[in-house]
Formats: sequence, C-alpha cells, structure tokens
Amino acid sequence: MRITKKGEENLRLYIYISALITLGIVLWILGHILINGIIKVDWKVALEDKAILPSLINTFYIVLLSVLITAPIGIGAAIYLNEYAKEGKFVSLIRYSTQSLAGIPSIIFGLFGMIFFVTNLKLKWSILSGALTLSIMILPIIIRTTEEALKTVPITLKEGSLALGASKIETIYKVILPTALPGIMVSIILSVGRVIGETAAVYLTAGMVPRLASSIFDSGRTLSVHLYILAKEGISFELAYFTASILIIFILIINIISNCLGKIVNKKLKGN
Amino acid sequence: MKLNRKKIYEKINERLLLICGLISIIAVLSITIFIFSKGIPAIKEIGLKEFIFGEEWQPTGGRFGLYPMIVGSLYVTLGAVMIGVPIGILTAVFISELAPKRVASFYRRLVELLAGIPSVVYGFFGLATIVPAIDLIFGGGGNSLLAASIILGIMILPTVISISETSIKSVPMELREGSLALGASDIYTIFKVLIPAARSGILASIVLAIGRAIGETMAVILVAGNTPLIPKALAERIRTLTANIALEMGYAYGLHQNALFATGVILFVFIIVLNILLMKFNKKVGENK
Repeated sequence: MRITKKGEENLRLYIYISALITLGIVLWILGHILINGIIKVDWKVALEDKAILPSLINTFYIVLLSVLITAPIGIGAAIYLNEYAKEGKFVSLIRYSTQSLAGIPSIIFGLFGMIFFVTNLKLKWSILSGALTLSIMILPIIIRTTEEALKTVPITLKEGSLALGASKIETIYKVILPTALPGIMVSIILSVGRVIGETAAVYLTAGMVPRLASSIFDSGRTLSVHLYILAKEGISFELAYFTASILIIFILIINIISNCLGKIVNKKLKGN
Repeated sequence: MKLNRKKIYEKINERLLLICGLISIIAVLSITIFIFSKGIPAIKEIGLKEFIFGEEWQPTGGRFGLYPMIVGSLYVTLGAVMIGVPIGILTAVFISELAPKRVASFYRRLVELLAGIPSVVYGFFGLATIVPAIDLIFGGGGNSLLAASIILGIMILPTVISISETSIKSVPMELREGSLALGASDIYTIFKVLIPAARSGILASIVLAIGRAIGETMAVILVAGNTPLIPKALAERIRTLTANIALEMGYAYGLHQNALFATGVILFVFIIVLNILLMKFNKKVGENK
C-alpha cells in the first residue's frame, strides 16, 4: 500500500499535533494546580487548615517506614537475581511474580492490607498497616530499578576484585553496591514518589482521621488522602488546590533528584 | 578454620538474599489467596450468574448484581484507550524519530513528570476542569463516563509513550536506513517500517495502559459520578469495579463486605488475562531481538 503525498503531510501533522497535545496537557495540569494552589490561594485560609501539617507528617512516617522495610528486601532480591541466581524456572518465577506485583491495582493492595494487616494481624487502621501494605507495592520498583543499576556495573570491576583475592561477599558489598549506589538511590526515590501519591491502598489501611498519628500503631490520613477527602466531600476547592500543589511540588523535587542521579550514573558509564 | 568461616558467611549471605527474592512470590501468592478466599464464598452465596449479570446493586436490599460495574470498567477503559493510545503512540514517534535531540530529552522528562503525578491529583484536576466543561456542554452535572475516559486517557499517556518510544527506538538502524535509501520518505518509513517492526512493544504498551486504566481508583471516583447503573450516553454517570470497592469498603460488613472482595476477584481476573497477553507480547519482543 502506498501513502499519497497529501496523506504523508497529514500524518506528519497528526504527529506534531499529538506531541503538542501531550505538552499542552502537562503544562495545563501543572499550571492550573500551581497557579490556583500557590499564587491565587488565600494564604490565611490555607494555613488555617489544621489537617495539612499532621497529614504531611503522617505521610513522612509512612514513606520512611515503607522504604525502611522494603529497601533491604528489594535490594537483596535484586542482588540475588543479578549475582547469584542461575537463569531457570525459579528465577523466572521470581521475575514473573515481581512483574505481576507491579500490575496489581492499588485498590487490591488496599483490600489485602485491610484483611491481612488491619484485621488478621490486628494492627487496626494504623500508620504501620499502611506502611506494610505500601511496602509490598513498592517492592517491584525497588527490585527492578536496582537490578538495572547492578547491571550497569562493569564486569571488569567485578573480575578485578575477584582476581585480587576478594571473596564474593566482599566484591558485592564493597565493589558492586557502592558503584551502583546512584542507581539504587533512584529506585528509592521513585518509591518515595509512589508512596506519597498513593491513595486507594492507604485510606483502606491507615485510615482517614485528620490528626497526627501518636505512634505507628495509631491511625492518621496522609496528604493524598486529605486531598481526596477535600475534593470528594466538596469541603473546599481552595484547600484542595493548596494540598494538590504541595503534592506536585514533592513530585517535581523527586523528579529533579532522580534526574540528577541519572546523570551521575551516565557519567560513570561513560567514564568506564 | 578461617576459610571455613568465610564459606559459612558466603552461604548465609546467599540464603538471606534468596529469602529476599522469595518475598515477591510470597506476596503475590498471599494477595491472590486472600482475595479469592474472601471473594469466592460470596460469589457462591450470591450465585455466579446473578453476580456477573445481575443489573441491580443494592447491598441493603441484598441485591449484588455487578454487571453495571463490569460494563462501567470496560467502557471507561475503552474510552481511555481511544483517547490516550493514538496521542501516545504518535507522541512516541515524535520523540523517537522527528524531534531534535534536546526537544526529545525535554519530552522524556515531561513524560516522567506526567507518570509521577499522583492519581488523586489527576482526579481533582478533572473535577475542577473537565467535569464543569462537560456540564456546560452536555448538562447533567458533568460527572460522567466521558470525564472518566478523558482523565484516564491522560493518565495512560506516559505508559504508552515511554514503552512505545523504547520499542520504536530499538528498531535496528539498518531497517531505517534501508527504507530511506530506497527512496522512501521519513513518514513512509515511520508508518510502514518502524511501527510494524515495533508492533509487539507497542501492543505491550497498550496492554499495560489497559491495566493501568482498569485498575485506577481515586481519579475515577472523583469524576465518574459513581451511580451503579449502566450508562446510555457519554455524559451519564458511571461506576467502575474499583470505585465499587473503594466507595463501600469503609462501612461494609458481612456478605456486603465479601461481595466487595468478590468485586476484587473479578478485577483480578481481568488483570490476570492482561498479564497473560503481556507475557505473550514480551516474548515476541524478545524473539525480535
């Protein structure tokens, strides 16, 4: 089949229009939220929202806890897959499970967390239940991104270390991990972003109370749950814009950090 | 003696790492088992046929017909695909083939940003902009199938763009150069050589996007209206499977609660089917290389 000259010009136009739409959408979302949430917002009203600060701190707790739980496990799994496992049924089972885990909708994690952590383990609606649920959610992100980082470590470095008489453990923990560190940091940063933004799974496990959790066994809403409730209950669009802006700013910061780390990784690769 | 201890450390280390690897498998298994073990008895009690094809969802009256929500999920997903996939693939083509290097890397960062925006922010954005616009044009409040489709269409863009772009870019240079050397134009090469060659990867991106759309919860709840009825028009309210769970889980108990787990089972079945499709496409991507 042939494409006529005119058809070709049309197709080219469609490509450019699509690219412009994508650009427009990003600018529209960011602009709309940030302008209404930061520039136009009445700061008196925004700062009177007594739930924002507690939500922010609750979010911080959940991020910290879930990363602390998952980072060692995820990094360990990636090391196992990359350095120890021989390709075979067992390894592909781990890989397939990780891939499936990444594809499970967050509401299903929420259901699971609610029945397992909240009810069966009697942790109730709490920061801990939320963090445990989220730590399963971010496991695939950490495993995959760390694995990619480990793969970029040049084989010559490993062989050099082994040839100098270092054991496998020493090679892994003193040569490979430090070299892959920026990439591993990316995996953690990405999961922080995921945890900050997650709503469905958290509100079924950590609850919705608008106050500071007194301990990890206490319940409290996160920032995104706060935004959800503001918007859903129609409490205040002004406060919702403000909360959404805080979330967006976090995402922007995370994006910048992961990009900087990415650049370090690239430089290292070129250096080698 | 010292050598022995070293060996023991090595062994312990390997075992510990192996356990880390096993956790993925344990997690997937336990999630599946928990959801099914709570959901299946409910489906039995309600009756599979009544549950899947019943059109009435009235938990207080003991009616648990999930059909409107199944249709709802399928409609919004279809809508999202119709909006997001063409724009996404063409944007991927732009980034990979037509954009100057700097523009391309700017676009990649843009797409990363889009992927990082939390779903509840998308939902709120839709509630604040798209819902009123639809209300203005069609009336009826604006919370609708159309609003949900548009928001999901935007949300799947990063998935479609980044995976399609990677697969288009990975088409061997010789194919590109061969086509151009034969006198074909760049556009002809894109549509007749590159996209067909990158087919498996592009299909995989669509399957992943479908998974994202069908599993999305918070963004949909905020813009879809959530009435458990089959919509007859684009501007009508709609409720998805995910919304069904999230809206009622907070206060449900007994059979009602288990019926929500059963809703999760149906959602899970969709995801499993998508996963199988994905494996198929990924295998093909592997073969092409």
